[in-house]
Amino acid sequence: MARRLWRRVADHWVLAAAALVLGYLLLPVVVVAGLSVNRPSSRLSYDFHEATLDNWRDPCAAPGMCAALLRSVQIGFLATAISTVLGTLLAFALVRYRFRGRTALNLLVLAPMATPEVVLGTSLLALLVAAGVPQGFWTVVIAHVMFCVSFVVVTVRARLSGMDRRLEEAALDLYASEWQAFCRVTLPMALPGIVAAALLSFSLSFDDFVVTNFTSGTTVTFPMYVWGANQRGIPPQVNVVGTAMFAVALLLMAAVRLRGRRARQPAPPSRGDAGAASERPVSAEVG
Amino acid sequence: MSGTYRRLLPYLLVLPGGLWLVVFFLLPAVQLVATSLYDPAGSLADGYAMTWAFGNYPDAIRAYWAHFGRSFGYAGLATALALLLGYPLAYVIALRAGRWQHLLLVCVVAPMFTSFLVRTLAWKAILADTGPVVGLLREVHLLAPDGRLLASPVAVVTSLTYGYLPFMVLPIYASLQRLDRRLLEAARDLNARPAQVFWTVTLPLSRPGVVAGTLLTVIPASGDYISAELLGTPRDYMIGNVIDAAFLVRLDYPQGAALSVLLLLVILVLTIGYLRRGAEEVG
Amino acid sequence: MESAQPGARLRLIELTKRFGGVTAVDQLDLTVAAGTYFALLGPSGCGKTTTLRMVAGLEEPTRGRILLDEEEITELRPYRRPVNTVFQSYALFPHLDVFENVAFGLRRRGVPDVTEQVRAMLSLVQLDGYDRRRPAQLSGGQQQRVALARALVNRPRVLLLDEPLGALDLTLRRRMQLELKRIQTEVGITFVHVTHDQEEAMTLADTVAVMNNGRIEQLGTPAELYEFPATAFVATFLGRSNLLSGTVVGRDGDDVLVEAYGQRFSVPVIRARRTAGAVLLGIRPEKLRLVGTVDEVPAGHQAVAGIVTDAAYLGTSTQYLIRTGWGGEFSVFVAADGEARPVPVGATVVAHWHPRYAFLLDGGTPGGTPAVPVDPAGAVPANGVGPR
Ligand SMILES: Nc1ncnc2c1ncn2[C@@H]1O[C@H](COP(=O)(O)OP(=O)(O)O)[C@@H](O)[C@H]1O
Ligand SMILES: [Mg+2]
Repeated sequence: MARRLWRRVADHWVLAAAALVLGYLLLPVVVVAGLSVNRPSSRLSYDFHEATLDNWRDPCAAPGMCAALLRSVQIGFLATAISTVLGTLLAFALVRYRFRGRTALNLLVLAPMATPEVVLGTSLLALLVAAGVPQGFWTVVIAHVMFCVSFVVVTVRARLSGMDRRLEEAALDLYASEWQAFCRVTLPMALPGIVAAALLSFSLSFDDFVVTNFTSGTTVTFPMYVWGANQRGIPPQVNVVGTAMFAVALLLMAAVRLRGRRARQPAPPSRGDAGAASERPVSAEVG
Repeated sequence: MSGTYRRLLPYLLVLPGGLWLVVFFLLPAVQLVATSLYDPAGSLADGYAMTWAFGNYPDAIRAYWAHFGRSFGYAGLATALALLLGYPLAYVIALRAGRWQHLLLVCVVAPMFTSFLVRTLAWKAILADTGPVVGLLREVHLLAPDGRLLASPVAVVTSLTYGYLPFMVLPIYASLQRLDRRLLEAARDLNARPAQVFWTVTLPLSRPGVVAGTLLTVIPASGDYISAELLGTPRDYMIGNVIDAAFLVRLDYPQGAALSVLLLLVILVLTIGYLRRGAEEVG
Repeated sequence: MESAQPGARLRLIELTKRFGGVTAVDQLDLTVAAGTYFALLGPSGCGKTTTLRMVAGLEEPTRGRILLDEEEITELRPYRRPVNTVFQSYALFPHLDVFENVAFGLRRRGVPDVTEQVRAMLSLVQLDGYDRRRPAQLSGGQQQRVALARALVNRPRVLLLDEPLGALDLTLRRRMQLELKRIQTEVGITFVHVTHDQEEAMTLADTVAVMNNGRIEQLGTPAELYEFPATAFVATFLGRSNLLSGTVVGRDGDDVLVEAYGQRFSVPVIRARRTAGAVLLGIRPEKLRLVGTVDEVPAGHQAVAGIVTDAAYLGTSTQYLIRTGWGGEFSVFVAADGEARPVPVGATVVAHWHPRYAFLLDGGTPGGTPAVPVDPAGAVPANGVGPR
């Protein structure tokens, strides 16, 4: 009996550890949600005082916040659209073709991801200043596209390289032109990757502070607003936005999940031996 | 005609994206190096002269070596902690979660949508002097009665670990997810105890994920200055804080650029060394 | 531990495994004699892998017990069981070379000097000199050998092999079969070999158990199973059989009389699994002879008339398909011994056989008493006979 108990503990302690880590990940989100319904005792206070729904009723009561939010959304959409298109084209070329300069291009694509944001931001600033370009809305968009493209390429490429090339060949064999094969077979199959890349781009752009800080001039995005407000005292409405973003993210991911599931639905459970082996829930342990 | 088109097609596909990266990533990097060699006597208002002032580098190091040390110390610590915390979580999501797998992944990713700054500020509330964490630690005497967590390296490292944890979890998860579970069974069958299965099969095979996660954590963490600014004091400032101030407050572009280039160089050297060592051990 | 026999006797007692509503293994009772080559034969999905996994400790039985000699191992964790497996997919560790793959189990048990043992095992499976290769650099057959060496080097008391040759091409499979047999004889370990290939089972095994729907249908030597199958499933899964459904109508001395499709047949009582009620009369295609008319049927033989609908020349034999008067189909294999003349499609023929080659199986309708199964001594499946 004791041995069984001990075995249980040995098998499951890692679950407890993971639960604690998950708690650590989610704790600030819970706190943000809590602060979003908090009426602070003073402007500089960041402690719980009393519950109120005022912040949710009128998020724009914090002066300037909604304008900053709107600007962030605009920049996010623009940066997402441009970087998704550019990145998808790059990913297609890198996966499907061998051409001169491919290796160098690969490096160029990965490099921004391996560069700290301060360096990205300061180097852009250095260039803008040297070229005499005033900083503002569009320089922020340009900067965001630059670091989003890398993430788009990586995400779309992962999807593309996992794809069965023979499906395209089958389409060509069935009298599709190359362009038709691309539109009817390749693109739909790559779409989940592209959607994921677009979501990622938007979140990266919307959330970016560091690069924006160096390229925005006097333009204020939402993170810039929060940064500035930190000196003066954070309005609780900031937490309303944080909580709402979290909720939107959850909804989006649920929607993507549901669509994906419906698309895959009719597949019957496979019963090959190899299939069974990989489907089997394996209970491996860490000791 | 069609042959030429076909030969040019890949170049047409890469042209816009590639050009964007060249103009807005590569060119700025070159300009950054150039800026770091400008005459430090100049000013933003009057313009800088290119004097190949290599002396900017030793000057910057002399002035801010402590911040460099702190940056890599904090980032290294945060990365180690993130690995320690992130691995079990990734492991459970990939191998033990069953039908909860998707939900758990969402729990890892979704917080990233709540603005990084807002979440960092939430740590301010959590670690506040009047907050429950400090209260508990004081209660059990892990903290002096007037000890604080806020405005200390503890708060900065906590926030850094927290902020980049998903970047550690996701690559490790991906590599564990790809792992052939039958290998784990084979190891168990070959008389490996649970701990031995982990050390001899699971961990080595998830190594690419660990390498990617480590890099994706340590690189941004070493350049981070939000955590130190919001949760620390000037005594906890990292090199990012200095660079930010050099460019935006003191308007000393040559020095800021020199520090930026140094940061990039150190990261490059560390990354290459790390990858090379990893390759040696595997091969 | 170091008894005279390196192999142990394996006993499964009422072993059961359910996955939710699916019963993968259903009250399995089985004894595998120490040091023998045992084959578990059955169609895909019948529960073979699940049975092996329970013996290896990778799956927990819902009910039942597993014994090695007298020692119960049901509750032991895999790493405490003196049992090793050759996996269907080999499951070689891609990050380790051949040597380290083979040394894996020894190292885990803290064996101090593994080099000698590993080298010896590699030469047993004829892979000398391959130590430093990675699994990805090996052919399918070589990987299979590594998987075998990796399990055998631990000197398990029982070696489990889950369709070990399934991924190999036919020629290689034949060669590896001989190889496996040789190695088993050499090391004396009890081999439990799972396969869905009846030829493989019969080539390799001293004893074969035929499994279906999580149960064992029959157990015996290959010859016993083939000559006198216990159930219709065994009769058709192991080789081919013509089965006629009929009813027992009486006895004539040592023979059972059966009526089927308006004809009378007789079968020796020792060849009958059932002696009353609904039965299936079985006869193997190669036990049939073809003649042109009823007059040519030898005395004492039994016959069925029909028309040849198909003839396939296979080199060693010709397979005829014959449509009988009542619309049934009969397979007849005529050995290419140089005497038999080819019979054209459409010809009227009479197929005949000697009654001692026929067998009677349970026909599955209630009313009669099933005959006591005639099973080889030593290994008795509890659920050897009966309708499923
Ligand atoms: N982990 C599992 N979960 C649910 N059903 C399973 C599982 N493993 C096996 N089964 C079911 O048990 C039955 C026997 O499977 P298996 O032992 O793999 O058969 P075999 O090896 O003879 O092909 C099958 O019906 C299969 O669907
Ligand atoms: Mg199987």
